Amino acid sequence: MELYDIVFYLFAILVIASAAIVVASKNLAHSAFSLLFTFLGVAGIYVMLGSDFIGVVQLMVYVGGILVLLLFGIMLTNKITSVEIRNESTFVIPTIVTIGIFAAFLIFIMTETNWTVLQPQFPRTTIKSIGTELLMHYSFVFELLAIILLIALIGAATLARNDNKEK
Amino acid sequence: MAHVGLTHFLILSSILFSFGLYAVIVRKNAVMVLMGIELILNSANINFVAFSHFGHFGWDGQLMALFVIILAAAEAAIALAIVLNIYRTYLHINVDEVNKLKE
Repeated sequence: MELYDIVFYLFAILVIASAAIVVASKNLAHSAFSLLFTFLGVAGIYVMLGSDFIGVVQLMVYVGGILVLLLFGIMLTNKITSVEIRNESTFVIPTIVTIGIFAAFLIFIMTETNWTVLQPQFPRTTIKSIGTELLMHYSFVFELLAIILLIALIGAATLARNDNKEK
Repeated sequence: MAHVGLTHFLILSSILFSFGLYAVIVRKNAVMVLMGIELILNSANINFVAFSHFGHFGWDGQLMALFVIILAAAEAAIALAIVLNIYRTYLHINVDEVNKLKE
């Protein structure tokens, strides 16, 4: 399992480094493009955890959908003429201290707890089982999520519509 | 550099969560806050899938991760529509200066 460890560390470094660029970059476009690599790394982590379907969904929904939405948001809410798409920060030092303590506390909890770890299994394919489970035990949640997505899309379109009548 | 186990994935998700929380607290730009929320949701998803992989809980963890991804998509769409409306009203999207519910 030596190769597994190496691949994990590569993905972990990719995720952490690109997430650091996301939160530290002054340029919003750089942050968005760095977020792409974070999502890719997280998709790789999902695949390493034996859930290939979630990895593919991560790629399709996050990289293909949410990231494009965020880029639209950046481009629509900044003046095209200004070359520099800047964003500022507030309370940097106190937040770094607080988040540092919080992260240390979280990592302490995660390392010190005696998790019951069973021998992990790598199923050949997860799609059939997930599909069966989704339509058997979680069918109500499935339908509910479909309605929520429909409501969200209609609501987003209604909110973002340009009302020319009032002006 | 021990053998990669459950703890490694949990530590990775903790670090990702902290980065997301930092972005949500510190950044002024609303789109940047949204990116922080996406990071937080991703770290929670890693936890779901990791626990599902290292403990034999069936498929529940992966399905929860799937539901979280779907809700994240809905949330991003709604939030960006709201951000566009804020921009139309204020001509900026600094979340610390948006303090009126109506014009």
